[in-house]
Amino acid sequence: MTLPTPSQTVGPFFSIGLPYEGGPEVVPPDHPDAIRVGGRVFDGDGEIVNDALIETWQANPAGRYDHPEDTREEIALSDGFHGFGRSPTDEEGGYEIVTVKPGAVPHPDGGLQAPHIEVAVFARGVLKMLVTRLYFPDEAEANEADPVLAAIPAERRDALVAREEGGRLVFDIRLQGEGETPFFDV
Amino acid sequence: MNGYTRDNADPPYLFPDYKATQTRSPSQPLVPVAQTLSEVTGPVYGDRPVGELDHDLTRQHEGEPIGERIILHGRVMDGDGRPVKGTLIEVWQANSAGRYRHSRELHPAPLDPNFDGGGRTLTDDQGNYRFVTIKPGAYPWGNHHNAWRAAHIHISLFGPAFVTRLVTQMYFPGDPLFHQDPIFHSVRSERDRDRMICGFDLSETIPEWALAYRFDIVLRGREATPMVH
Repeated sequence: MTLPTPSQTVGPFFSIGLPYEGGPEVVPPDHPDAIRVGGRVFDGDGEIVNDALIETWQANPAGRYDHPEDTREEIALSDGFHGFGRSPTDEEGGYEIVTVKPGAVPHPDGGLQAPHIEVAVFARGVLKMLVTRLYFPDEAEANEADPVLAAIPAERRDALVAREEGGRLVFDIRLQGEGETPFFDV
Repeated sequence: MNGYTRDNADPPYLFPDYKATQTRSPSQPLVPVAQTLSEVTGPVYGDRPVGELDHDLTRQHEGEPIGERIILHGRVMDGDGRPVKGTLIEVWQANSAGRYRHSRELHPAPLDPNFDGGGRTLTDDQGNYRFVTIKPGAYPWGNHHNAWRAAHIHISLFGPAFVTRLVTQMYFPGDPLFHQDPIFHSVRSERDRDRMICGFDLSETIPEWALAYRFDIVLRGREATPMVH
């Protein structure tokens, strides 16, 4: 067993190396099913975090991941769709990705998970990737049955369901304190 | 399908000596959940092609950057010592004067017109990678009185899964600033900190051209037993 390399913060200057043109576009903005998903990142004082990096990972609309580990050949991959998004926050602490709604994917206990997007948060002052999930507001029934959401205390679950606002899905991330986003140990 | 081990040497989210963690660390414990297909898959290759010269930070401009030219190379492995092939590595760093090319950078050291400080590459079939760059300088920051970051290069890797994603910093051997750098010391054991320090590597130096450092990187490995339960 080889010991893992420890994590460190991305620091304040990651824009030199990480963001890239088209990074926030999981699908082209003119894709017929494109949705915009975004929000703002806040710290424990309620101040905006203008130096965070948000990364997203998701299945395609049929619920298939573009990855060798997803061996369900019977579900087609989507041409040109890889499922990865990357958006730094701007001066107002905002991020946004353009994507399509993922399909449901299986859970190892059997059954399906509600459609969701994996979300990773990096920032100055964050020493290790924070992992959370975005769920969809039009999936109340599936969300109710989702085993990952069920692991969160009931009063905190709403923080992981995006809200529809002005033609986009809003998913704010609160790193600490009032309304804190639940983060996962995975 | 086997999940990924949770063994790690990572720092805590709250490390008060590093001031920014005081308002940016979760106050609630992380919610433990089983790894599912969503966590054991991931963006292995990133999402854009790597250019032929993206690994060489000294050749992004007409002229050469000022500073000590170095080769930075090593191998990316999983927890069982197996190579992680074809995975994207992204790096960013200050120039030789300790100045980042960034609008929020306040350090009054000179910018280098021939150095941007960003690079990328893919590991080869043996998990090996290689960058050419210049040695970054130390720089001051506002964390505490007379605070200086030990010289470092930021390194970002994907690995085979969403949960193997790693962002770290690589330090240089014998840096006199280690003792007062809370980001370095947020990793609590010396044995673990040592794995963030590269080694001088005479065998890869290029005579009359560049010194070399080796930095091997270990990502989370697989659990021994299947995750289905």
